[in-house]
Amino acid sequence: MTAQPRIVEVRQKVLRRNDVLAGELRDRFREAGVYVVSLVSSPGSGKTAFLEKILTMMGRQARIAALVGDLATDNDAVRLARAGVPVRQIVTGTVCHLDAVMVQSALEGWKLAELDYLFIENVGNLVCPSSYDLGENLRVVLMSVTEGEDKPLKYPTIFNGADIAVVTKIDIAAAVEFDWNAARANIQAVRPEMEIFRVSARSGEGLTEWLASVESRRAAKNRPG
Amino acid sequence: MHELSIALSILEGAAEEVERQGGGRVYAIHLKLGSLSGVAKDALIFSYKLASEGTPFEESRLVIDEVPVVVFCPECRAERRLSSIQQFCCAVCGTPTPDVVRGRELEIAGLEMDV
Repeated sequence: MTAQPRIVEVRQKVLRRNDVLAGELRDRFREAGVYVVSLVSSPGSGKTAFLEKILTMMGRQARIAALVGDLATDNDAVRLARAGVPVRQIVTGTVCHLDAVMVQSALEGWKLAELDYLFIENVGNLVCPSSYDLGENLRVVLMSVTEGEDKPLKYPTIFNGADIAVVTKIDIAAAVEFDWNAARANIQAVRPEMEIFRVSARSGEGLTEWLASVESRRAAKNRPG
Repeated sequence: MHELSIALSILEGAAEEVERQGGGRVYAIHLKLGSLSGVAKDALIFSYKLASEGTPFEESRLVIDEVPVVVFCPECRAERRLSSIQQFCCAVCGTPTPDVVRGRELEIAGLEMDV
C-alpha cells in the first residue's frame, strides 16, 4: 500500500530572494543618505529624454548618478552621460525587467554616501517590472500623450504599484487630441490619490514642479523622527 | 513576459522545501496568485511546464489559487472586494481607496508530496 500524498504547508514568497535583497539595498541607501527614484513606462514613452533633462537640471545643485536598463545597447547610457553625471548601463539581454541583483551588481565600486540621488531607469515594459522591488524609495510611472488615455486601465498593476505618475510629451497633447481629464480619471481609478505631473522634456514644462516634489519627498524622508 | 523567470523561482523554492523535508516525490505545487501580482496565470502554467521539463518536478502540477483584490474602505471601515481591477473603490459605497489589503500575493502555499 502506498502512502497518500499529503500537503506540506510552505507559505513562501516566490520572489523572496529578490525581496530580501531589495530590503538590504533599501537599508544601504538609507545609511548612505541617497534617495533612489526608479522610472517605469512602456518603450518609447520618453523616460530617457525626461531623465536626461532632469539630470542636467539637477547636476549643478545635487550629487546624482543613474543606472539605465535595456535589453541591448548602451545608447541610453551614452545619452544620459551627456548630462555630465556618472551613468551605468545594465544590459539585461533577454530579460524584460530589472531585478535587485542587477541593481546590486551595477552599483559595485560606487560610493553611495557621496550621492544625494540615484535614478534607475527600468527596461521599457509596463508588465514585468511590477513584480520586482529594486529597493527604491520612489517609483515613478510615465505615460506619453501619444499612448492613449486608457493606458492605466490596460496596465492597472504597474500604475497601482507606483508612487507618482508623469504624463510626458505634453507639448504635443493638442496635436494628438489628448484628453487630460480622461487620463487623470483613469490613473486615479487604478490608484486613487496618486499625484500626477504633466511634463515636456522638449519645452521643459512641468519639470521644475516634478523636481520640487521629489526634493520635498527626499527631505521628508531624511527628517529625523 | 517574465513568467518563465517566475516559474524558475517557484521550482527553486519548491526544491529547497523538498530538501528541508528530507526528499520525496512532489505531485503538485500550490500557488497563491493575486490579481495584482503582475503575473498572468495561463502564461505561468505554460512556463511551468517548460521549466519543469527534465527536473524532478516534470510530472508535477502547478495548482493556482487566484486571490482577488481586497481593499480597505475608509468610509465603511471594512474590507471590500474590488468589483473591477480598473476601479479601486469600495464595491458597496463607491468611495475610492488606494489601500490594498490582499491581491499582491505570489506565494508557494504548499506542496502535495510523499513524506
